[in-house]
Amino acid sequence: MTGTITFRRKAVDRAMKWAFVLCACLVILPLFLIFFDLLIKGAKELRWTLLTDLPRPVGEAGGGIANGILGTVVITCLTMSWSVPIAVMCGIYLAEYGRGKFASAVRFTVDTLTGVPSIIMGIFGYILIVLPMKRFSAWAGAAALSMIFIPVVVRTTEDMLRTVPTTVREAALALGIERWKTTLFITVRTASAGILTGILLAMARIIGETAPLLITTLGNQFWQTRLDQPMASLPLQVFSYAISPYEDWHDKAWAGALVLITMVLTINIVARVLTREKK
Amino acid sequence: MEIVFDIRDLSSWFGDHQILKKIRMQIAKNSVTSVMGPSGCGKSTFIRCLNRMHDMTPGFRTEGEILLDGVNVYSERIDPVYLRRRVGMVFQQPNPFPRMSVFENVAVGLRLNGRNMSKADIAEVVERSLTMAALWNEVKDHLSQPGMSLSGGQQQRLCIARALAVAPEVLLMDEPCSALDPMSTAKIEELIEDLSEKYTIAVVTHNMQQAARISDNVAFFLMGELIEMDKSGKIFTNPSDKRTEQYITGRFG
Amino acid sequence: MATRSGRNPKDLAFEKASAFFAFVVLFLAALLFAVLLRESLPALRKFGARFLVSGTWDPVADQFGALPFIYGTLVSSFLAILIAVPLSVGAAIFIDEFAPPWLKKPVSFLAELLAAIPSVIYGLWGIFILVPVLRDYLMKPVTKYLGWIPLFKGPAYGPSVLAAGVLLSIMIVPFILSVSREVLATVPQRQKEAVLSLGGTRWEMLRIVIGQHCIPGIFGATVLGLGRALGETMAVTMVIGNRPEIFLSVFQQGYSMAAVIANEFNEAGGIQLSSLILIGLLLFLVTFVVNLAAKWILSKMVAHASRGI
Repeated sequence: MTGTITFRRKAVDRAMKWAFVLCACLVILPLFLIFFDLLIKGAKELRWTLLTDLPRPVGEAGGGIANGILGTVVITCLTMSWSVPIAVMCGIYLAEYGRGKFASAVRFTVDTLTGVPSIIMGIFGYILIVLPMKRFSAWAGAAALSMIFIPVVVRTTEDMLRTVPTTVREAALALGIERWKTTLFITVRTASAGILTGILLAMARIIGETAPLLITTLGNQFWQTRLDQPMASLPLQVFSYAISPYEDWHDKAWAGALVLITMVLTINIVARVLTREKK
Repeated sequence: MEIVFDIRDLSSWFGDHQILKKIRMQIAKNSVTSVMGPSGCGKSTFIRCLNRMHDMTPGFRTEGEILLDGVNVYSERIDPVYLRRRVGMVFQQPNPFPRMSVFENVAVGLRLNGRNMSKADIAEVVERSLTMAALWNEVKDHLSQPGMSLSGGQQQRLCIARALAVAPEVLLMDEPCSALDPMSTAKIEELIEDLSEKYTIAVVTHNMQQAARISDNVAFFLMGELIEMDKSGKIFTNPSDKRTEQYITGRFG
Repeated sequence: MATRSGRNPKDLAFEKASAFFAFVVLFLAALLFAVLLRESLPALRKFGARFLVSGTWDPVADQFGALPFIYGTLVSSFLAILIAVPLSVGAAIFIDEFAPPWLKKPVSFLAELLAAIPSVIYGLWGIFILVPVLRDYLMKPVTKYLGWIPLFKGPAYGPSVLAAGVLLSIMIVPFILSVSREVLATVPQRQKEAVLSLGGTRWEMLRIVIGQHCIPGIFGATVLGLGRALGETMAVTMVIGNRPEIFLSVFQQGYSMAAVIANEFNEAGGIQLSSLILIGLLLFLVTFVVNLAAKWILSKMVAHASRGI
């Protein structure tokens, strides 16, 4: 590869550069298209009553997705109520005590669970809760979502705790602070922004999950806050409106999707801002 | 002269690698004892034995005894947590707790050590500790700022204040000035002298001038052995061991 | 001096407590595998290996075979990889080598945002935007002129294996992109400079460096993307057409493993339910193996690259 750069080589170089630019554009393009369509088509049905009313039958104007929003909030809170402690404690174990075979096994399991398709977690919730209770329920949905939530948060908790320098732990121990207090009130606190970010990102993820809920919570046309009953959720409503044959339901699917993406993106951005503030 | 630490034939290992070889020395109350020697001589390892900071290190073990007021600190009956409350430590790199204010950095030891103190009492201890660490005047208007926002020298004095707040009897310092500029170093050295009236202090340093300036007694370590220990004045003018002389005349290290 | 036994009991209790939660995670994973296995046993016993090669899916006769779903999953995922890998790698090279500094962060941020969009929204967009566009501007002209090729045989309905593949490719781009960037970052700067200093153009430098260093890593990224694509449910369900038959043409409707579970699970019982769970178990095992392979390739690659030239 000696000598001068010939015209042909120069031209190839330039062409490849533009090919890479094109790749980048094509990668980003769908994002803009999706957001554009969501805004245009979603705005059509976006009214206050969308957020406050129950769904109405086909043909009737108006109606909303309030029960879906409520259901999503309830199922998400339910999932997190036990998943956050389990995941954070497991992450603490792996980062602070986790040496040896047991810890390796847990790490491997967590990595494996992260890659399992979410529909399979739905099957898990179905077999474990829907079958014995003989009824679709919010419990089953939360069980399924936990299996998606927990591994993600275990990983980020462990990673974030590992970024805390040893000198911080030593400083605390040297003050005569017991080890468990050092872990909980010094180390975890030092990593808290990162851990919280991980929790929020996992939360955004389960808010948008549809497949596991389809076979566990089923969905509901009405208000339902009992946890042992089929419950509505926003992604499920978007799905059932989208595959319905009715034009005005399609509009509602777009509006619901717009609400859903707003929730998910807001949480995502809050999470990112949190970690940026730290440094 | 009252003896605080009586170290008897202390040896230690990381795995198969022996770091300390049969160290015998005594640390006197309300004095400044410097531990000096070239890097890798085991001086940091030694000082970290005195408050059992190696407990967390896998593969670390010791033999011999370290008597604190007559009780072996490595005996089964001693909880390292209580030992460390009596024997405080300042580290090489200033290490204030991130995400905590100046005030919290000093107060956190009191709060987490399970003493039920009123807010006013805690504030008083914080002020007293910061004053003793010669930092109060510089930070009294910025107590709620992050500890990390202070300069390096201030951070180190904050760490000293943090250690003082839990009322230790002994203060261990592991090369406390090696990360600091000359001005900050001078301040810390002055502080060490002041503190020695109330506290027993052991300082690790590889800086002979510093050892000469601040210490009452100096111990010289080489390859994990204590070569000699004597009054500061004696060791720098008339060392009894040839190796000490070679070291202080700059022949190695 | 207050003295206690060597090990602080509260510390020990806290360690045991955290270990307990770690055990809970292990237990949940074991439970997942156990229930999948137990519930799929009836179908496994009845159909055995035939389940993998039979194309019959007949709830009335209680005869079930997973071949059409396996086929649809594989073909749509393969199409997704075919589209996503060159685009992602190209975009990664653009971000790391050509983009002006102010553009690097926004471009990678936007690409990451693609991963945040819920799959049901991809599906919605797929049904109403992507499928009609593909049908009118790609499938119809192609079937008209190239319809004699079995792969492109008409008629063009719209919902199809191709549509699923295209939609999946958009969804897996962020994963392949970020791993590709990590892989590119392992190339030692001095090696790049060496090629440039010999008078090579930027492209020649990239070709050499990527050829020597990054092929295994990019392969790892590809396998990782495949793992994602195989298990994707909602978006595929909404655009693939949900027809349990095997067509050679990518313009025809198909079905996928995840999609059939999503669609039929709630109405199924008995051996049909067991068959669906067996499909789930297969999907679980396949994604497990694929993800493991990706991790293995990537870890080897990084170790290899860190050794330098």
